[in-house]
Amino acid sequence: MRRTGAIFAALVAAAPVAARAADIPFDQRRSDSEFVSADTRAMQNDDTANPGMLAVLDGETLWNTKAGDSNKSCADCHGDAKVGMKGVATRYPAFAAEFGRPIDLEEQINLSRSTDQKAAPFAFESKDLLALTAYVAYQSRGMPIALQETAKLKPFIEDGRAIFERRQGQLNLSCAQCHDDNWGKTLAGNLIPQAMPTGYPIYRLEWQEVGSLQRRLRNCLSGMRAAPYNFGALSLVELELYLMWRARGLPIEAPAVRP
Amino acid sequence: MPRALIHVPATAKKGETVEIKTLIAHVMETGYRIGVTGAPIPRDIIEDFVCTYNGEEVFRAKLYPAIAANPYITFFTTATASGTLAFSWTDQHGATQVQTAEIKVE
Repeated sequence: MRRTGAIFAALVAAAPVAARAADIPFDQRRSDSEFVSADTRAMQNDDTANPGMLAVLDGETLWNTKAGDSNKSCADCHGDAKVGMKGVATRYPAFAAEFGRPIDLEEQINLSRSTDQKAAPFAFESKDLLALTAYVAYQSRGMPIALQETAKLKPFIEDGRAIFERRQGQLNLSCAQCHDDNWGKTLAGNLIPQAMPTGYPIYRLEWQEVGSLQRRLRNCLSGMRAAPYNFGALSLVELELYLMWRARGLPIEAPAVRP
Repeated sequence: MPRALIHVPATAKKGETVEIKTLIAHVMETGYRIGVTGAPIPRDIIEDFVCTYNGEEVFRAKLYPAIAANPYITFFTTATASGTLAFSWTDQHGATQVQTAEIKVE
């Protein structure tokens, strides 16, 4: 009995150490592009081979297309996206005072669409929303992620971290167990990346189309056999926010190509 | 009108081998998939791709359902004279998209 008690005490003492995932040291953070094959990387880095560029071109057309009751295009207010949208994607998700919570780039585009253009917002994962997001994100290519841990964002970043480190689903896994503790090792023959969201929206070869970070996160959640959060759910935005903050300083690569 | 990305070198030396890259937006739906409603998603693919160089055919490809969405086709040709390369993609319904690019041969 005394022996069982001693083992139990030892387990309790060891548990907090074992459960706490260690953060990736700041200088060891790498883009997920370094965990894909050389062919996929070459496809990403060649604008005539990167299929994500087709979405960027569609987005450019939409940027200049008048829409909604106000009959204005994005360009009518924001001007040339190459100037006005430069660096914008490095700061999202950002705190939106209207909602009292952070919103991601897709939600910001839809917010501007409904309040300024007075048009119906695009559906999540619709071709048009992804195209506009890809076009805006593309303007920040090569610029470092500049997300700041402001007082307003801090609680949401902490919530995002808590979700990232929480075990969930039938496999009882947390995001951190793969992406903080075991990155660089293989899972079913594929290298586990660090989950640095530098290239969203991405062209994923498996999808054969462009998709958002929320879609990718939902993908991971169903892989863990956890119930995925709905598109637009605060938990997904908090995860996006935590991941972008965790990747601060790494350059934006949108639209990235992933296997 | 689907979008296409074409890369042709702007200039080349006479007799030089040049690489041409093409990428077109297309779903390349196989016809074997089932949609969310349970009904099959109809087949919709590009079947033919042809490149002509100043009117002369230099490359042709037949595409089948196993080709992924947004077909990326690259090939080589010999730069013979300045002029126009015309690329055409024809889908199973007979609709053709043509795009051109200029090359200057010195």
